[in-house]
Amino acid sequence: MEVALAILVGCFFALSIYLILSLHTIRILLGIAILTNAVNMSIFTAGRLTREVPPIVPDGSYVPLEATANPLPQALILTAIVISFSLFAFVLVLVYRAYQELGTDATTEMVEAEPPHEPATPRGY
Amino acid sequence: MAFAVLAPFFAALFAPLAVAHLGHRAGWLLALVPAAIFVYFASFIGAVADGQRIVFLDPWIPQYGVNLSFYLDGLSLVFGLLISGIGVFILIYAGGYLKGHHHHGRFFSFLLLFMGSMLGLVMGDNLITLFVFWELTSITSFLLIGFDHTREAARRAAIQALVITGGGGLALLAGFVLMGMATGTIEMSQILVQGRLGEHPWYVPILLLVLAGAFTKSAQVPFHPWLPNAMEAPTPVSAYLHSATMVKAGVYLVMRMQPVLGDTVLWSTILPIFGGATLITGTLLGLRQTDLKLMLAYTTVASLGLLVMLTGTSDPIAIKGAVLYLVAHSLFKGGLFMVAGCVDHETGTRDYTRLGGLRPLMPITFGAAILCALSMGGLPPFIGFVGKEVIYKGIAGIDPAHLAVTVVAVVGNAMMLAIGAAVALKPFLGSLNSRMPKDAHEGPMALWIGPVVLAALGLVTAVMLHTSDVLFFAPMADAIAGFFVDFEPHLVPAIDSALALSLVTIALGVLIFFAYEDVRQAVDRMFTAIGWGFDQGFDQLIRALIGIAETVTSLFQTGQLRRYLVVTFVAVTLAVFPPLMFIDGLPEFGPFPDLSFYEWGIFVLAISGLIAVIVAETRLTAIISLGVQGFAVALVFLNFGAPDLAFTQFMVETLSVVILALVLTRLSVEEADHRALGRKISDGSLAVAAAAALTLTLIAVVSQPVDLSLSEFFTTYSAPVAHGRNIVNVILVDFRALDTLGEIFVVMIAGLACLALIRLRTRRQPEAEPIRQAAPPFQEVAE
Repeated sequence: MEVALAILVGCFFALSIYLILSLHTIRILLGIAILTNAVNMSIFTAGRLTREVPPIVPDGSYVPLEATANPLPQALILTAIVISFSLFAFVLVLVYRAYQELGTDATTEMVEAEPPHEPATPRGY
Repeated sequence: MAFAVLAPFFAALFAPLAVAHLGHRAGWLLALVPAAIFVYFASFIGAVADGQRIVFLDPWIPQYGVNLSFYLDGLSLVFGLLISGIGVFILIYAGGYLKGHHHHGRFFSFLLLFMGSMLGLVMGDNLITLFVFWELTSITSFLLIGFDHTREAARRAAIQALVITGGGGLALLAGFVLMGMATGTIEMSQILVQGRLGEHPWYVPILLLVLAGAFTKSAQVPFHPWLPNAMEAPTPVSAYLHSATMVKAGVYLVMRMQPVLGDTVLWSTILPIFGGATLITGTLLGLRQTDLKLMLAYTTVASLGLLVMLTGTSDPIAIKGAVLYLVAHSLFKGGLFMVAGCVDHETGTRDYTRLGGLRPLMPITFGAAILCALSMGGLPPFIGFVGKEVIYKGIAGIDPAHLAVTVVAVVGNAMMLAIGAAVALKPFLGSLNSRMPKDAHEGPMALWIGPVVLAALGLVTAVMLHTSDVLFFAPMADAIAGFFVDFEPHLVPAIDSALALSLVTIALGVLIFFAYEDVRQAVDRMFTAIGWGFDQGFDQLIRALIGIAETVTSLFQTGQLRRYLVVTFVAVTLAVFPPLMFIDGLPEFGPFPDLSFYEWGIFVLAISGLIAVIVAETRLTAIISLGVQGFAVALVFLNFGAPDLAFTQFMVETLSVVILALVLTRLSVEEADHRALGRKISDGSLAVAAAAALTLTLIAVVSQPVDLSLSEFFTTYSAPVAHGRNIVNVILVDFRALDTLGEIFVVMIAGLACLALIRLRTRRQPEAEPIRQAAPPFQEVAE
């Protein structure tokens, strides 16, 4: 079962990386959104899978009565989902503002910090 | 003891304050610090002369055996007295020399910092302590050489000195660590007790690393260029650091290690060869100069070579000669440097071809110069003469090795005599030179007191030779040799081969002096013919280094985001595949698991969502497709027993889609992928490769047994201890509540950052703001 989900995760990774390698910030943004899903599912898979039994202690008992899904990766992913949403929101605003300031969404044209023809390093002391 | 070593550091703090209140007279006040240290050290003379060795230990980082420990024996005591004693006169001299300089206080601070570092270096018993002070001398030397930092020559000299001595320092640290591992202790006093390391398997690397440190510091060929270049520093610095003290740190180290690393074939081969080469190179280069300071600097290089050569013989009498010569050199060279500075200060030039006839104008300076030059030339009755006699006594012999060392020493000494005589006589004798920039007159007392006292000491130590030998030279020679050296020098020479060699040296030196101009031009022509020197080599090395750095930088740091991402993903792929293939082997896949039809459904939904994002023709399609794959992920969570995750995921994806639709539709950008087909294929291949690497890693992880003890802990204690039935929630708000707090902070910071980004508007080109050119919102919907 884990192997099947691992392959699905692989598809997520492949397509997100393909998007991130694009020349446009908006496609990169979409890639980042998919990448976070890929990473979250990796953690989920690595914690092993159990079908349909959530980690909940039934009333009148101190421990779950049957084998449940692993609660630890779920707790980690819950945190990760929220944080990746924050990241997503921040990058989105960044893309939007960069477009407003620079008039482009092409990363090839965003070269203000590192201009293509910088003067050579001075050789003196 | 620790206080004596650290006192100059404290004084350095107050030096600018003293200058602010006292002006240039602050030098007299600050000189009290080294004077007090000198008196403190002097109180140990009797005990050390009796053969005592005193260890002062303060714990510093005892867990690692690093102590602030100091070791007082004949060697470190004489060095301590030289550093503090000469330091007194250097501080007074600096007060007069830099009178009115706007960074006078800073200069005093640097000098005092150096003084403390140098004292710590020679007193340091713990090798790590010694190394720390060793590096501090390099750093303070850098600050002092580059003191006049507005001139490029000074900056270059400072950087060169730091690169060479700092690089040697790194080698030295490695050598010290190896030595500590080989002997089991890093206290020098205990290493000395253990005796020689010559048979140890690590002897060769230890020796080479320690010598790399010593040779760079003491300017041995080919590391010598930094020392003459350091003459860019103000003259008090040249007199103090680059003749009397710091450059002798390497010689000190070699002498300190002699009982441990010395007396092996390697030792008595490497040291005399490098020392001899340095002696001859230094004197030849010195003969070429017309600048008084440079002439002295090159003879300093030569003298350091002579000292290394002598220590390399491991012969007790030669070591005694080295001891006498080292003290003599500190006295006469420190004095001569101050004389040169005084001449420079009063006439405005240091070029002896533009000087002459200063004798009636500067009689006191002239007197000090003559006394120092006589000692430098090895003439009686000065301490330099005694040193040379003993040196010749120690090295004279007829086998090839001794003969070579003797010839090198005689020739080198003769040339040094000639240069010393030129420095002391040429500016003062003859008729008054009309090319001097200033009207010369005798300098103030602060400028001549130092040379006069040092020159007089060169005479006194020789005249009272028995006393000075018992108190200083004998204990120092014993410490270097590692045993009692049964040899007493005499001022009145015996008629023997040493005296003959001395006479040959003097005759040869006088001969060179009388033909000085011809010799100088001949040597100059010779070096001009060679053309290349190690100094240019340093420039070439630095340029090559910058060139390599530039190439590497331009390869990786192109300013193109795409290149950075490609490098990152290639690195990810390469980091995973080779270890998987060659170390662990590819993981077992096993049979493909049975999936129920709705699980297949989720998979199909997810993958079709992903593909739709990529091939979407319009922005809105892409956004909706992004939502589709996100919902598919939520369904995966739901199916595998994680309803909390599924709900959060549903919510987050819905929000993402809504926000994206709101924002992106305000931008007038083309949706299409702008990559050329070839690039699409290469990007696709890279994406597949990187994803395969990550997938294989994940499969490798899940094919290993899993440790569920943490999960079991949470499951067991969730209800009874934390009183919660939803274990995931209990983990988040109870067991790992601080993590959740951190998460909340991250969300808050992201929100603030978004707010700041939206509020922040650059004011340039308000009329060309792209937002006004953007498409009206929701244009997409209308299409």
